[in-house]
Amino acid sequence: MSRVTSPLDLLRVMVRIRAFEEAVGELFVRGGTAGTMLHLSIGEEGAAAGFGLAMRPGDTFTTHHRGHGVFLARGGDPRRMMAEIAGKAAGSCRGRGGSMHIADVTLGHLGANAIVGGGIPHVVGAALAARHLGSGNVSVAFFGDGAMQQGVLYESMNLAALWRLPVVFACVNNQYGMGTRIDRAAASLDFDARARAFGLRGVTVDASDATAVFETATQVLADAREGRPALVTLDCFRFYGHARKDRSPYRTEEEEREGRSRDPVARLADRLRGEDVLDDDTLTAMRDDARREMDDAVAFALAAPPPDLAALHEDVYAPDRPAPPSVDAYHALVYPEGEARA
Amino acid sequence: MTTAVDTTTYRDALREALREGLRRDPHVVILGEEVGRYGGAYGVTSGLLDEFGEDRVLDTPISEAGIVGAAVGAALAGLRPVVELMYVDFAALAMDQIVNQAAKARSMFGGQTGVPLVLRTQGGTGRSAGAQHSQSLEAWFLHTPGLRLYVPATVTDAHHLLLAALREPDPVVFVEHKALYTTRSDLGAHAPPPGVSVRRREGRDVTVVTYSRMLHRCLDAAQALAARGVEADVIDLRTLCPLDLEPVVASARRTGRVLIVTEDTLTGGVSAELAARVTELAFDWLEEPPMRLAGEDVPIPVAPALEEASVPTPLRIERAALRLLGRRA
Repeated sequence: MSRVTSPLDLLRVMVRIRAFEEAVGELFVRGGTAGTMLHLSIGEEGAAAGFGLAMRPGDTFTTHHRGHGVFLARGGDPRRMMAEIAGKAAGSCRGRGGSMHIADVTLGHLGANAIVGGGIPHVVGAALAARHLGSGNVSVAFFGDGAMQQGVLYESMNLAALWRLPVVFACVNNQYGMGTRIDRAAASLDFDARARAFGLRGVTVDASDATAVFETATQVLADAREGRPALVTLDCFRFYGHARKDRSPYRTEEEEREGRSRDPVARLADRLRGEDVLDDDTLTAMRDDARREMDDAVAFALAAPPPDLAALHEDVYAPDRPAPPSVDAYHALVYPEGEARA
Repeated sequence: MTTAVDTTTYRDALREALREGLRRDPHVVILGEEVGRYGGAYGVTSGLLDEFGEDRVLDTPISEAGIVGAAVGAALAGLRPVVELMYVDFAALAMDQIVNQAAKARSMFGGQTGVPLVLRTQGGTGRSAGAQHSQSLEAWFLHTPGLRLYVPATVTDAHHLLLAALREPDPVVFVEHKALYTTRSDLGAHAPPPGVSVRRREGRDVTVVTYSRMLHRCLDAAQALAARGVEADVIDLRTLCPLDLEPVVASARRTGRVLIVTEDTLTGGVSAELAARVTELAFDWLEEPPMRLAGEDVPIPVAPALEEASVPTPLRIERAALRLLGRRA
């Protein structure tokens, strides 16, 4: 473990991610979020925290449908993410992106993507830019096991290996692409072999063990920085449905019970208690702090004003560049009122 | 002393713009299939690899989604990539990256970032290249907010619009025409910016609106029309986004008759949008509904005669104009 990241740091980030997901899930049920979709990453905290904390400032990354955890692990502001999910102008994307398009470029986050696999090739280009600019940064694509069956992943893996780019492909394998379990979607579950076939290193790690994820990530990121890209499979279990309302008719309660026994937060907390690094009071305080932080984020999001309708046409093109008129402006041009009409 | 004329080809004009872009901005990189050693399928990037090296001019595997996606990522991370799609038909393989990624990143992320990339490609008929190498698909891009769409017809525009594209903060789909690469003219020192339509011929009788290769066919038709006493006002749109219809409306006010000529298909094509706009903006001055002469609603056949029959020709443009004027062909 590195000098700057302790197991307690990992635990704290995981507890914060869980608290965020629980808070945003409650906000969703109360009708406080925009839209009818919300994808929670409960059960995947070990992957997000373990990998996210191993990255360096300046490293870039793209995320996917279930990217709240990685956003927080890389230093994202829960207030701005909560406001974004609530569709408020105070959100990190001014209420245009929401959960599935969360982004904060100041953190190197090049965006969450709602097209399965859509953000994967971006890290190839970002790594090309890093090499071109001599920044020494790595670019990491986070995606789910659903994207393992998308063609663009393999185009990207080939390019990264061919050009020896500082790239890591990080597959958060939560076992389900929406309602389809990975063994019903993939003929071969040996993802490491897929990596090797493309000339990349392939590593699978049990992501219920955040410490193991951190150590693996640290190693593959160092290798990637030297031009040896990798595919890392972060094996975990999606505790709840695909979206918040999904009642999971495609899997059994027994399977869920067993999957939820692989709780990354409980696993690290239990281990640290066993090692006398953590006591119950500290853990309770950590959870209370996280809950307070996320309650504050919810309050911030609820209090934030809705976006200004006049801003609808902003940010389609760069400011001060020509843009098509609004429908109203066009109507005013075609059907002027009063005597202006010829 | 004689002045050299027709010194530059459309292809050379494009190459010189790329060379200038590579020289003036170290963040410009070119990537695409066969852009390096081969010099580009149509020779546009010939010689650039030798001059600028493999870090600036990157040959890629045949992976359209991957390379356009990589260009999006490179643009998000600080470069100014020029990605070449060998044929616009291949955009179908990269549509997610063009439409869902490049076009939307600025908006989805609330203006935090833009995607300053130029997607160079070429389309159109003229080489019996068949149904998967001959289409005019600009309507796909015109339909997508967030993209720019440049469609140069002339040598000077090929050069200056590409240089302008290399300064745009947003993604530009730059559609060249495969039948224009060997056309020649003098390379003008300047050209109007994108979003300024240009009248290429003055006439009082009928307004002809077009772009890309069809400009030349419209000018040929205008010459034939002049011999019959009909003077066509020919306007080259140059860019479809931004779109400048002011000269078209001004011309329609004088002529009352507008003929729109495009190579893309009639149904749901660019001509439909142009006809709607012209109708809305010049309704009170029109003597007839705007007439659209566009590509036939068929996959482009290989047989040269069939291929030619599938798109507007100078003769068909001439006949269409006469019909619009209520005269016998």
